[in-house]
Amino acid sequence: MSQYVLRRLLIAVPSLLGISLVLFVVLALAPGDPFSELATNPNVPPEVALALRAKFGLDDPIYLRYLHWLNAMLHGDWGFSFVSRMNVDTLILQRLPATLYVIGSAQILALLVAIPVGVYAATKPYSLFDQIANTLAFVGFSLPTFFTGILFILIFSVTLDWLPFVYTTDIKGTGIHWVLEMIRQAIMPVAVLGLFQAASMTRFVRSAMLDVIRLDYVTTARAKGLGQAKVIVKHVMRNAMIPVVTLIALQMPAVFGGAIVTEQIFRIPGIGSLLISSILSNDTPVVMAVTFVFACLVVLFNLIADVLYGWLDPRISLR
Amino acid sequence: MLDKELRSMIGQVKDGRMDRRAFITRMAAVGLTAPLANQILALGGVAMAEGASTYKPTKRGGGGALKLLWWQGPTLLNPHFATGTKDQDGARLFYEPLACWDPDGNMKLVLAAEIPSIQNGGLAADGKSVTWKLKPGVKWHDGAPFTADDVVFNWEYAKDPATSALTIATLREITVEKVDDLTVRILFNKPTPFWADAFVGAPNTIIPKHLFKDYMGSKSREAPTNLSPVGTGPYKFVEFKPGDLVRGVINPDYHMSNRPYFDSIEMKGGGDAVSAARAVIQTGEYDFGWNIQVEDDVLLRLEKGGKGKTVYAVGGDTEFIALNFTDPNTEVDGERSSIKTKHPLFSDPAVRKAISLLIDRESVKKAIYGRAGRTTANFLNGPEKFVSKNTSWEFSVEKASKILDDAGWKPGADGIREKDGKKLKLLYQTSINGPRQKTQAIVKQACQKAGIDVELKSVVASVFFSSDVGNPDTYSKFYADMEMFQIPLSQPDPSQHMRRYLSTLVATKENKWQGTNFPRWVNKEYDATIQAADGEMDPVKRAALYIKANDLMYQDTVFIPVQHRLKVEAAANNLRPVVSGWANETDNLFDWYREE
Repeated sequence: MSQYVLRRLLIAVPSLLGISLVLFVVLALAPGDPFSELATNPNVPPEVALALRAKFGLDDPIYLRYLHWLNAMLHGDWGFSFVSRMNVDTLILQRLPATLYVIGSAQILALLVAIPVGVYAATKPYSLFDQIANTLAFVGFSLPTFFTGILFILIFSVTLDWLPFVYTTDIKGTGIHWVLEMIRQAIMPVAVLGLFQAASMTRFVRSAMLDVIRLDYVTTARAKGLGQAKVIVKHVMRNAMIPVVTLIALQMPAVFGGAIVTEQIFRIPGIGSLLISSILSNDTPVVMAVTFVFACLVVLFNLIADVLYGWLDPRISLR
Repeated sequence: MLDKELRSMIGQVKDGRMDRRAFITRMAAVGLTAPLANQILALGGVAMAEGASTYKPTKRGGGGALKLLWWQGPTLLNPHFATGTKDQDGARLFYEPLACWDPDGNMKLVLAAEIPSIQNGGLAADGKSVTWKLKPGVKWHDGAPFTADDVVFNWEYAKDPATSALTIATLREITVEKVDDLTVRILFNKPTPFWADAFVGAPNTIIPKHLFKDYMGSKSREAPTNLSPVGTGPYKFVEFKPGDLVRGVINPDYHMSNRPYFDSIEMKGGGDAVSAARAVIQTGEYDFGWNIQVEDDVLLRLEKGGKGKTVYAVGGDTEFIALNFTDPNTEVDGERSSIKTKHPLFSDPAVRKAISLLIDRESVKKAIYGRAGRTTANFLNGPEKFVSKNTSWEFSVEKASKILDDAGWKPGADGIREKDGKKLKLLYQTSINGPRQKTQAIVKQACQKAGIDVELKSVVASVFFSSDVGNPDTYSKFYADMEMFQIPLSQPDPSQHMRRYLSTLVATKENKWQGTNFPRWVNKEYDATIQAADGEMDPVKRAALYIKANDLMYQDTVFIPVQHRLKVEAAANNLRPVVSGWANETDNLFDWYREE
């Protein structure tokens, strides 16, 4: 098992290097520069914009910039944002709490909905419950979050005036009032995102369960006279969870990476909105750092998923 | 108004033979507005009356929280590094300039004690220096006194190229010296009729010497106060999250009486203009929304029964179509749109005239800009005294067709006009932006009717406006026949703006396309006019020179103005914001209050 983990770890290093190289080259080749706003400002002579480009090394050859970046990264220096002239790690850490809170809650909501519904639907396939759940799931993942987000805003903020649609990080008040406000402003984004993910996850859980539920050992268990609940939970779910774990593990980076669209609609100051505003202002160091962190997380959670497989089904680690 | 008469009147006011009020009344009688009269007086060497204030509250504070929504939040709070207005707006909450501009383009004192004039000895008669007296008793938020040393320091700080301050452009051209603790003198190397650039307005606010003196030059990025400003402004800094949030609380020692009105201030960033308009106008979650560039019919719909309204400010921003005077399709020494070429179609003035007749400015206003736009024939649309009255515009497909017929452009088999084997096919580019794409469609349709084939192209704004030399799609490379955008006029003076089109500033490969004359229009008379205006101390003559410069562009159809654009903001119904077309939105924040 430990050899298996080590082997997986060693593969991760070159993949990260490769990913960083690809990201860097793509970003370097992308058009635009962080000082584009200066171009139409009549008070700023163009030499100043050119001097700034030179100062920040935007005119150096790509390989040189990449080596600089890699070297700095190995020393724990994430670089600094051209646009806000502060360190990228500070910027990311500032954005992380909102993302973890909102996107994390949405993931939990998705799991809380998807697993019971998926499991129950699978135990009674083609029943009325199953059909309703299926229909809702199809509707759920066919509606994009930008649509449901705006729909929610129109219903709950504009028409009913129940919930705020601008997320603020500095809610006034303390104690229980603060907690309630934090929950109140997260209801809409969490619901929009959570239900969207729950929809696809429900379908996945259901089909994984159905694959297992028809296997002979399940029939054997039933024949032994075990109760329905025990069969489902102990015998079916454990095996059905292997593909589900993959899905969840691979979605974990998204929790850290934020949900770009949802964050934009509700003005949640998370990583996703940081990424999009940095892309729009060509703030390459921030884009590079965020996407690279994202890549690291994908690699890390892949690794965790692999290890979990080994635990759920020991045969996998022997191969 | 007769030049001579006006001049004698200014003389009378100067000598005290006529009082200011009488002067303004006489000006009004000939159709000039009071602020305009004031400006003429001011630049004529007579002290400008400070812009009238509409501020009503009689005590400091008590106004609760002011919630501002900036759909692009500030990303840094050092005014010397501000790349865009959003950053200047954020820094301006805490830092202050010597003076700023009110909605009429009048000067309003902030840290200065009086407006420099020839009478009070502030302005040198030769236009080569200006002396500012500072307000006594002003304190930084940490209690240190604000003095002339701070002003001088800002100049030293920014003019050092290693600091990489964006204010270097203004400050490297001048010399700033301390006269005494509360007096500074700015020296210009040539007569400078518009002397109110350095240290005036939101882009030129002053940072404290005692907190920044150890962080000059290459160490500028390390200053802890870059992210936590200590200023002299109405609000004290509390918290900053780049792109997301800026927060401040009332400064109880603020140097203006009864101000500010609000107890705390919050500037929230992110999102887009439409939802910002909704949060202010429709749901009232926020008090003020910045830069609401949204189609007018959307705003009208939101305003119905809403909790807020739109607020407009008139400045001098013009949305225009520029015509390329060089050939974008021929390469000379590896350079397209080279100054060595002539545009194959636009070199015929008839074609340029015809295109101008095909821009339906009234329809663009009706269908797109609504209350936020005014139709105009001028490139230079403000301040009022610099606006030409000699021009007019018209939309007529028939007239355009006739001009083209007369010039020998005959429709070919495909309905597109041609002459000497050259077809009237044009490439028309702009940045991606709803109103711009709609305008493009309106123009294309009219051109089609007149037998001109227009191909539309739109480029992402961050590429179009970039200074990236390697990119072929920037507006300054101008690899198209026509292009549309606007260049903001950030101060109530056209000198910077009009100097861009000197023939020495043509954008070429040699200057890495950083030359500002992107239409590559060369006109000796224009050059001479701008150069004369640059050193002209007589305000009346100077205004006439800029009007002439505008008319030269008009005669040659260099730019086809589409709309004179107003600033659009959203505000709660009970909020009384003061917004100037000549200043940043937060520049007059000390005068904002809420009507109970």
